[in-house]
Order: sequence, then structure tokens, then C-alpha cells
Amino acid sequence: MGEVDPGVDLAAVVERFLAEHDPATTDRLEFLRARYDAGLAWVWFPEGHGGLGLPAARQSEVDAAFAAAGAPDNAPRRNVIGLGMAAPTILAFGTEEQKRRFLRPLWTGEEIWCQLFSEPGAGSDLANLATRAVRDGDEWIVNGQKVWTSSAHNARFAILVARTDPDKPKHAGLTYFVCDMTDPGVDVRPLRQITGEAEFNEVFLTDVRIPDAYRIGEVGQGWRVATATLNNERVAIGGRAAPRESGMIGKVVEAWRSLPEKRTPELHDRLLRLWVEAEVARLTGIRLRQKLAQGQPGPEGAATKVTFARINQQLSALELELRGEDGLRYSDWTMVRPEQVDMTGRDHGYRYLRAKGNSIEGGTSEVLRNIVAERVLGLPPEPRVDKDVPWKELQR
Amino acid sequence: MSELDLLYSEVEEDLRATVRGALADRCTPAAVIAMYDGDRSAVPGLWKTVAVELGLAGLLVPEAAGGAGASAREAAVVLEELGRAVAPVPFLTSAVIATTAVAGTGAALLGELAAGERVAALAVPLTTGPDAPLPALDLTADGRITGAVTSVAGALEADVLLVPAGGGLYAVPAEHARIAPVVSLDMSRQLADVAFDGAAGELVVADAEPAVRAGLRAGAALLASEQVGLARWCLAETVAYLKVRRQFGRVVGGFQAIKHRLADLAIAVDNGVAAARHAAAALAADDPDVPVATAVAASFCGELAVTAAEEAIQLHGGIGMTWEHPAHLYLKRAKADQLALGAPGSHRARLAELVGLPG
Ligand SMILES: Cc1cc2nc3c(=O)[nH]c(=O)nc-3n(C[C@H](O)[C@H](O)[C@H](O)COP(=O)(O)OP(=O)(O)OC[C@H]3O[C@@H](n4cnc5c(N)ncnc54)[C@H](O)[C@@H]3O)c2cc1C
Repeated sequence: MGEVDPGVDLAAVVERFLAEHDPATTDRLEFLRARYDAGLAWVWFPEGHGGLGLPAARQSEVDAAFAAAGAPDNAPRRNVIGLGMAAPTILAFGTEEQKRRFLRPLWTGEEIWCQLFSEPGAGSDLANLATRAVRDGDEWIVNGQKVWTSSAHNARFAILVARTDPDKPKHAGLTYFVCDMTDPGVDVRPLRQITGEAEFNEVFLTDVRIPDAYRIGEVGQGWRVATATLNNERVAIGGRAAPRESGMIGKVVEAWRSLPEKRTPELHDRLLRLWVEAEVARLTGIRLRQKLAQGQPGPEGAATKVTFARINQQLSALELELRGEDGLRYSDWTMVRPEQVDMTGRDHGYRYLRAKGNSIEGGTSEVLRNIVAERVLGLPPEPRVDKDVPWKELQR
Repeated sequence: MSELDLLYSEVEEDLRATVRGALADRCTPAAVIAMYDGDRSAVPGLWKTVAVELGLAGLLVPEAAGGAGASAREAAVVLEELGRAVAPVPFLTSAVIATTAVAGTGAALLGELAAGERVAALAVPLTTGPDAPLPALDLTADGRITGAVTSVAGALEADVLLVPAGGGLYAVPAEHARIAPVVSLDMSRQLADVAFDGAAGELVVADAEPAVRAGLRAGAALLASEQVGLARWCLAETVAYLKVRRQFGRVVGGFQAIKHRLADLAIAVDNGVAAARHAAAALAADDPDVPVATAVAASFCGELAVTAAEEAIQLHGGIGMTWEHPAHLYLKRAKADQLALGAPGSHRARLAELVGLPG
């Protein structure tokens, strides 16, 4: 395979692909696998791994051409963590072998991924995590408890951070792994949340065996790899390319336009302010993407995520108030285990409650403000009394 | 709608460096503070530097008409830097608003403005937004203009006023008007009340309204970049101060309450940059989205600059309240800018019509 011409007409490439793979007659999975093999999955990935080595901004041309042809997509909402976090991390830190094994079925959605990071004793202070991985020949034996694990009940694989050296200070003793969720030592238990459903889980790991070939990055380098994952997570949450009036603002303006009798001047004023803020946040996301073009996101993603969380919460609250009496009704409290997470899905009550998680998941807004203050503005770091102390001596 | 480039090009960054360098030399805070005590002596030299030596007066004028043939994107970068220095020059009023208003004409005035030989001001109150009712002065049968306009920005620096009268736009030499300086909240863009008693003018645009609105729209769209420049200075200056100011045995910028306020401000400034860049890029591309982009940027950045200046003063403590420290220059300019060319609320009201969100 030669270098791809940066000026390549992607719509034409898709058209040629479609001529050979008619979406109407090709099996969905076969179609998606062929699309991956043709480099049309994520064009900014390298050739051979579902991409063409082009700027990420050009993906929209490909997606539009496939959508116009009525082609099946890879149901990205079902695999948010796989696509948004696991894949870029594996691409940046994985071996060729790992990329070949994991990326294709991840992209096609055959294998769903989850994120085994947070623990009962390690949330914002993720580096304090206690799940232990002990080397045993070509394998690692893992024991511990993870919590708040979204989609663990659907997942085939997980990205996992575990402690491999308790004698080192907390950041230095971590290692990053891929964990097979079908291992008999993995026990996934639903955790019901504020919306009534169980989107996240507790995951108990008991003598789980992970081949050393599933280690991502060097032993002891887990914090660095995890930071790359988290930066990608914040961009994935806050920096999405989206058309005007999409996401939460789309839901609220839809309600506003269909409920003229509910409008008040006070709500109108708040709506317009939030419309402006949502549009500005969207433009900020576009600008961030243009800046990143390629390469790994830095701490800037933290800023977009703080804004995204605040606006979503204010907008979903506004919709409830706009609906008045209807805002007092909730669709259904039945405990279900959703196949996918759609923060703007279901009804207004669900959106209002689910949005509360936006300022907690993927780093709380307080912690993200610390990151902006320290890494963007260069202000002094928070006192870190535990930074240089061996992890095993820390008080927990 | 193809995606507009919201970054700064290399050429734009070079332009920024040039303007910043010139202003650092020739636009000191002390000179701007002196304007509040009536000393406007810094203005002519500074304007000569900006308009003629740097050749920025003609940025928005095509080369064929004697200008630099640049676009709103470059003008926006200049305004960011002028805002950063609260520079007391009539760039916005003459090189953006008045120039845009006469851009479609073949009038000699356009070339003279581009060369920095003349300075123009549109004779409307500074508060006039691009969609607001416009003042119109009386025009007698023999083409003489009579009437008054209050709170005009750029009139003190102008040698020609562009006056909407009797449906047309007239160029009236400043000496034919009575221009009374106003003690203004923002003396770095001092206002004047302007009156005409049968003044003779030259018709430059037959149909004034679209020309005036185009000028005001460009002004409102690009004012957002000035506001970003003001906000950036406030953030950078406050962060720098709080990295060295110590209380309770610690650097004050290390207290989390302060860090979070500054982080929120940094996030808001980042958002403002995107909004202002988008408005400038839309204007430069003559994109159909200009009205929405302008309303969004004006609404957002108008409030951003005020917030930034208020935070700068609060987080400087007592020194921020003094005449000597430049923070007050930024608050006065930011507050005046917020009311200029349509207050944020009026831009949002217009937005409600543009995007179909009736009250
Ligand atoms: C809906 C949802 C889905 C999630 N999905 C996943 C997942 O799939 N995988 C996964 O690994 N995790 C997941 N999480 C976990 C999430 O990352 C953590 O909840 C988060 O990092 C916060 O940790 P914590 O819950 O332990 O809160 P704590 O860290 O205990 O925080 C408690 C409060 O203290 C504040 N705080 C903490 N430290 C500081 C500080 N230094 N300065 C100022 N304030 C501070 C916090 O902002 C918060 O307000 C999910 C969470 C939610 C809500």
C-alpha cells in the first residue's frame, strides 16, 4: 500500500467501495469489516488499521457519503468507551500485534469495551487505586474491585489500570492492561443509578488471569497511558463535532417550538443565553478539533468538558421548567440495563437526571478546573502530601 | 455550511506580533490613564503609527481602491491587540465601521481612508446595534443637513463625518459640525455630541440604510475580537500577579478558590476566542451565517470582557482599585464596549428572530 494522496477525493473512494460492496445485499458485519479493511473506518488512523493516515477533519466526508448511500454504521453509541478511549490509547501505546487483534472488532462493534479505572477508594485520585496485578510467568494475576463501570455488562474487553508495584509512589507503580471480561474471575454486578436504570456496575476481579501480551505500554508506565486515555475521554465528551442545535440544546428548542403556551419572558431570556452558550461551546469544540488535527489531546479537553457539563445541566433543567406540569412526570423508574447510553435520549426527566453525571464522569468539574489552572495557566499545584511516599505506606 | 477555519494563520500571527510590538513601544498605560485627566496628546502619534506606518487603516479596502486587500480576519487580529492595550485609536470607528459603510462606493474618500490620510466616523450613537432604528437628520431641498446626534464614537478623531440624512449617507467635513466632547465612562474611546446647522455635505451613498447597517454589523462582529483582547489581558495580568503575590505564607494563585475562578475565566476566554474567530471568519467569507455569528459573538464576548475586567479588579485586591494600576482602563472599556453596537440583550433578541425562537 502506498502513501495516500492528501488531496484524495474521499467521496469518490467511498463510491468505488460501494460499487464493490452493495450495502443492500452485503451482510452488515461483512460490510463493516470490508469498510475497515479499505481504510474507511477512521481515516486518521494509519493504513492497515482502518484508516488512511489523513487529517481527522476529513472523516465527515466519509461518514456523509456512507450515510447518503444508506449504508449500515457501526452503532458508535454502543461502544463509546471503545471508540473514544480504548482505540486511541491502543493506537498510541499498543504493539502492532495488539492493534491487529483489537482495533478491527472494536470498530465494527463486534466487541464492546468498558473502562475499569475507578475504585471505591480511588475516584478523582485515580492514582491511588488498589487493584493488584502480580506477575506469574507469562501472565498477570489480578485482584481488586472496580466501580462505576459503564457498560461492563455488555463488554467483551476492558481497559484496566492496576497496581504492579506497591513499593513505589502511587503514580509510579501502575500498569495498564486489556482485561478479557469473559474471564471466570470477572464478576459484574449492576449498580442502579439516579435514573432508575443500571448503566454502570461494580466489577469484582478475583484471580483474573491476563496474558502479558495484553499489557499496554511498559510495566510501571500505567499512569502515562491512563492520562492519554482520560484526555481522549474529555475530548470525546466535550469536543464532539456536531451541527448547530444538536445534543441537549436541540431537545430544548424542540420543546420550546412545540409548546408556545408554556413560554414566559424569564424562560425566554434563559433559553437565548443558553442557546448562545451552546453555540459558542460547539464552536469551541470545532476549534479544539482543528487545533488537534492529529496527535494526542492535551489538557485543553478539560475546558470543553467543564462547559459541556454545565450547559447540559442548565438546559435540561430549563426544559423541565418549561414543561410545567409535564415536567413533574417521569417516564419509567423500572430497573433496566441499557444497551447503550444516550444522554439526550428518553424523556426530559431522564435527561435532567442523567446530566448530573456529566460533571462527575470522566473527571469531576472541580478536578478539571484544577487541571486547567495548573497545566494551562501554570498556577501552583495542589498540595500533594502523598506524591513521593511509597504507595503501601499511604493512609487509606 | 462548510466549516470555517477558526485558528490563526501564520500571516495573522505575524501581524499580531507587529501590532503588539508597536503598541508596547507607543501605547503605555500611563498615556491612556492621562486621557482621563484630559491629556489626549498620545492619540495622533499612535494613530499615525497604526494607520500609516503599519498601514492598517486600509486593511478592509481592496487593493484596487488603494487598500491592503486583507479581510475581516486580519482586522479582527488587529482589534484583539488594540483591545489588549486599550489603545485609544479610531481603528474600529474609521477603518472598520465607516470604511465598510462606504466600501461599495467609488468615492475618493475610500482611498483616503485606506491611506490614513483622513479619518471618518459614522454619525450614530455608539449604542446603535446593526438592527436598531437608525437616526436620520433633516435634509433641506438645497442639500443642507440639520440636527443632532449624541454619543458618537470616533468623532473627536475624525475629519469627516458620515451622516445619514434624508435617506442618503453624506460626508460632512468635521469643521462644518459642532463636535462637543463628552466626559465618557471610557475616555480611551471618548464620545462626542455632534450637531449640524445647515451643514453642506457630499452624497456618498444614495441608499444609506444598507450601508450603515453593513458598517454596524461589521463593527459588532469585530468588536467581539477587541473584547477578546481585553479579556485576554485581564486574565494574563491577573494570573501573572497571583503567581507572585503572597499571603498566609503562600502564593495566592495556589489557593483553590482562586484557581477555580481563574480556570473558569480561562475557559470563558477560550470560548470567546472561538465565537469571535467565527464571526470574523464568517464576515471574511461573506457567509450567509454572518447575522447569527455576529449576534452570538456580540452577546457572548460583550459579557466576557466585563466579567474578565471585574475578576481582574477583585483578584488584584486594593491595587486593582487604584488610578495608577491599569485594570480600571479595561473595566471602563469593557463596560462601554458591552453597550456599544447593540447590548448583549438586543443581540439575543435579534437571534431569537434569526433562529426561530419566539418569546
Ligand atoms: C455516570 C457515570 C459513569 C461513570 N463511568 C465510569 C466508567 O465507565 N469507568 C470508570 O472507571 N469510572 C467511571 N465513572 C467514575 C468517575 O470517573 C468518578 O466518579 C469520578 O472520577 C469521581 O470520583 P469519585 O466518584 O470517587 O468522587 P471523589 O473523588 O470522592 O469526589 C467527591 C467530591 O470531591 C471533589 N474533589 C475531589 N478531589 C478534589 C480536589 N483535589 N479538589 C477539589 N475538589 C475535589 C469532587 O469534585 C467531588 O465533588 C463514572 C461516573 C459516573 C457518574
